[in-house]
Amino acid sequence: MGIAGYTGILIMVAVAAAFGGVVVLLSRLIGKRQESREKLMPYECGIDPTGNARRRFSIKFYITAMLFIIFDIEAVFLYPWAVVYRSLKIFGFIEMVVFVGILLIGFLYVWKKGALEWGSKSI
Amino acid sequence: MEQVLFWICGVVSIVFAVMMILKRNPVHSALCLIVVFLCLAVSYLLLGAEFLAAVQVIVYAGAIMVLFLFVIMLLNLDDEVHSPGKPRMALIAGSSIGSGLILLFLLTGGVFKALSGTRGAEKVVAGNTQAVAELLFTKYLLPFEVTSILLLAAIIGAIVLAGKKG
Repeated sequence: MGIAGYTGILIMVAVAAAFGGVVVLLSRLIGKRQESREKLMPYECGIDPTGNARRRFSIKFYITAMLFIIFDIEAVFLYPWAVVYRSLKIFGFIEMVVFVGILLIGFLYVWKKGALEWGSKSI
Repeated sequence: MEQVLFWICGVVSIVFAVMMILKRNPVHSALCLIVVFLCLAVSYLLLGAEFLAAVQVIVYAGAIMVLFLFVIMLLNLDDEVHSPGKPRMALIAGSSIGSGLILLFLLTGGVFKALSGTRGAEKVVAGNTQAVAELLFTKYLLPFEVTSILLLAAIIGAIVLAGKKG
């Protein structure tokens, strides 16, 4: 197919980049700049930031990221499957049920272990 | 059109790859790496490998970069930001590996020129994703199903390792 089918995406990327660039540039050129200590502070939901951003985070973030990768890869396999689903007929459906079923065991395990809980329940 | 895009992507990806190495702040390096991944995805599209391009964006630029950023934060590389420069040994090792790779590229480039009569992969008219899918769900069905076991092992491994009380 080549790149010809992606002209729309290319235009969208170009327009988005141009719009972002123009807006930032215009506000820089036209806008008045009065820098103060408060303005240059990192924005943290309106509350004054406390301490350094570089501190150790809870292990839950890493577990979430790792589980995200795994289920992301599962979702990636669904993409080519959807493309040829019609030609595979019921056979393809069973294939994917087996695939997702095995991963469902993992999902239930994660759920049971409480890794998806954000509160007091620890793994 | 394709030539222009290829050169834009190639130059941008090389520039950002170099910037990734030169940036002091590891988070900035990670952001540069995302740009490199996106440029690679466009290169895959130009080669007609649509599925690979999608995977590149979804898995690499998405999920794996999230983990990279978290690992950077886990390692707490605060000192790296304020360090005066990269260690000398790392610089020497990096430049020697880099020049070795360039040499390898030039040598294999010569080989490819000699073999330019033969083409690599055959061009698929209907689209790359369909070709990949047809093979994956018929001929390579068993490896595909085994992949789910591999992912299951990864899930359990992640939970077990993270849950270990140290």
